[in-house]
Amino acid sequence: MPTLANYLIASGLLFAVGLGGVMLRRSIIVIFMSLEMMLSAANLSLVAFSRYGLINGHQNYDAQILVFFIITVAAAEVAVGLAIIVSLYRARQTTHVEDLDTLKF
Amino acid sequence: MLTAAFWFFATLMIAFGVSVVLLRNPISCAMCLVMSFIALAALFITLDATFIGIIQILVYAGAVMVLFLFIIMLLDLRTEESRRLNVGATVGGVLVVSGFITFLVKVVTSDPSFAQKLPPLANPQIPDVKLIGMTLFHTFWLPFEVIGALLLVATVGVIVLSKKSLR
Repeated sequence: MPTLANYLIASGLLFAVGLGGVMLRRSIIVIFMSLEMMLSAANLSLVAFSRYGLINGHQNYDAQILVFFIITVAAAEVAVGLAIIVSLYRARQTTHVEDLDTLKF
Repeated sequence: MLTAAFWFFATLMIAFGVSVVLLRNPISCAMCLVMSFIALAALFITLDATFIGIIQILVYAGAVMVLFLFIIMLLDLRTEESRRLNVGATVGGVLVVSGFITFLVKVVTSDPSFAQKLPPLANPQIPDVKLIGMTLFHTFWLPFEVIGALLLVATVGVIVLSKKSLR
């Protein structure tokens, strides 16, 4: 039987991979995909806690509702973020973060 | 059986996640992310969260990733040309990620309550969706309404952002 620690480590590894993607990649689209991966990793640990912390023999459904809300907000965030990326591309003709250095000191 | 499923899908999820970070072509990145999300949904189902698993496949692997692929097509992104590796970012990234994993392992192994086995459900046949719906519409009805308003605002915002000229 997998333990709670197994699920938390799997979720933490996925989060770490996403964090590495955000820090190492230079394409704004792939950075955004890595952000989505980090959100899903948080969802995995929430669902694991919901399954291992039973209330009267039922899963803790509050955690699953929170996951539902996170997925909804992530969908809205992706729509807005991709629209921003498209208008950024229209203005600057690039999606490479190193070419977007107007705010750089 | 459950243990085998856990290790199989967890390995699949991490492997495809790593290939999202390593591959250069954005289309391959998106397809690997789809596979990673499907493996994650399978992990949700091993945790008896069938509703969340199905939502994960429908919303993430379906809708969100199609949006990503659509934008990649719209912007006509090619394989990234390899540029000089940014040493500062690489060292910083490796340091932050390894520090995070070290502390996570430390915390998870410190307390014996993290090593508990899967406790049995009282009634495994209960409809998962029914109980989620009851919780959603009884306890969390206000956040549900707020999230509906948020989705409307996001839709309007996307339409405003994609207009040719912003006033």
